[in-house]
Amino acid sequence: MIPVCPTTALPPGEATRVEADEPIAVFNVDGDLYAVDDTCTHQDASLADGWPDACTVECPLHASCFDLRTGKVSGPPAKTPVKTHRVVVEDGMIYVQPAETVAEGAA
Amino acid sequence: MSPTVAVVGASLAGLTAARALRDQSYDGRIVIIGDEEHAPYDRPPLSKDFLGGTASLDDIALGTPDDEDLALEWRLGTTAVGLDHLGRSVLLRDGSEIQADGVVLATGARARRLPGGDRLDGVHVLRSLDDAIALRADLAAAGRLVVIGAGFIGAEVASTARKLGLEVTVVETQPVPLAGPLGAAMGAVCAELHGAHGTRLLTGTGVAGLVGAGRVEAVELADGTRLPADVVVVGIGATPNIEWLAESGVTLGNGVLTDARGATNIPGVIAVGDCAATWSVSAERHVRIEHWTNALEQPATAVATLLGRGIPAPAPVPYFWSDQYGARIQFAGSRSEGDVPRIVAGSCADRSFLAVYERDGEPVAVLGMNQARLFTRWRRQLRTSVATAS
Repeated sequence: MIPVCPTTALPPGEATRVEADEPIAVFNVDGDLYAVDDTCTHQDASLADGWPDACTVECPLHASCFDLRTGKVSGPPAKTPVKTHRVVVEDGMIYVQPAETVAEGAA
Repeated sequence: MSPTVAVVGASLAGLTAARALRDQSYDGRIVIIGDEEHAPYDRPPLSKDFLGGTASLDDIALGTPDDEDLALEWRLGTTAVGLDHLGRSVLLRDGSEIQADGVVLATGARARRLPGGDRLDGVHVLRSLDDAIALRADLAAAGRLVVIGAGFIGAEVASTARKLGLEVTVVETQPVPLAGPLGAAMGAVCAELHGAHGTRLLTGTGVAGLVGAGRVEAVELADGTRLPADVVVVGIGATPNIEWLAESGVTLGNGVLTDARGATNIPGVIAVGDCAATWSVSAERHVRIEHWTNALEQPATAVATLLGRGIPAPAPVPYFWSDQYGARIQFAGSRSEGDVPRIVAGSCADRSFLAVYERDGEPVAVLGMNQARLFTRWRRQLRTSVATAS
């Protein structure tokens, strides 16, 4: 698991980026924490810099939208989903568990 | 004949209009006519990753697997040459015509060229995929590039060419590059990127002509200076593709004139994207916006208009971006001469800043360099305030 930050450092409406093999963006949406790949699947932009709104995040560059719960594209121009990752809170600290890397083409 | 909508233009605006038709439950026939042979592709990477060789044709394709469910009929490699609005048909260069109840005009714009520039090899414009492929091949064998025009396309090509190891000179007629879109102060800040990355920038300098026999050898400036060049890129703006509509009865100006909801003067004919000069409620005039985001956002409203669904006129906040020399520049809003930019975060010297343009103390536009997160917040805020004001 990768430590992210204390829960107090990520209030509702905020997002942060953690470095991993592929960077991960962690969002606090009204107290619920979500983690997805940080890099937009459309073109190089950091989703942690984007705009979280309900359960979606809008990419800061071209406004592609992704569902934070599933990683699915909910608004173009992105074509492929982002991976979602598990978030764990322990002793006031946020951690992410990066999803297993699946082979290209797997579901 | 089953109900048919003909979409003339197969780039971002045309494809988005076709998607919007299905999204808004239109179940008739949709025919998309495109003058290029290629399936729709994304143009912004043509001056950046695609030109630099780090993005493939697959990467820049606009189509998605979901588009296959839209039952679109493609007529690619086919140029529309006329619109007969009385007979309700689009006339094609091959002599055929497409009968349609509704027509979406999305023919975009084309790069402006230098007079006489076409007679020499090695002289390029950059607008289409074929332009990018030809330029990429030429750059691979070149040592010296001269870019005419220090606008966004010119700056991005210069940046990519520097990365490829070329010696690059950019020539700009205006004293300050990008003064039109960004104002002189911020234009100057962005233009510093050239020098900082080894590109020579010559401003306030007109071009007298191109020198060479068969292939370009140099660019001659107004003062007689000759800049040796293996390749020349001309980036001096774009012209809307509307000449084919000259006899159509559709009212034309600096583009196809439409109301704020995309309707032209001819019922059943709408226009979107770079070819459309859309009525702006706030500016009180027709405005033709060449931004990618505009081509993505406009069709939803215009298609609703075509389908006879009354929806409020949108209050768009224009947005564009540019990636040059590793810096991400983003701009949103409507700037006028006299609006004063104020740096609210970061610093120009660090090339990481956010500038807010104010008019009578109110924010009207925002410019960010390497400040994506803060920029997004300001852009959102502008959208909210524009929506509230109208």
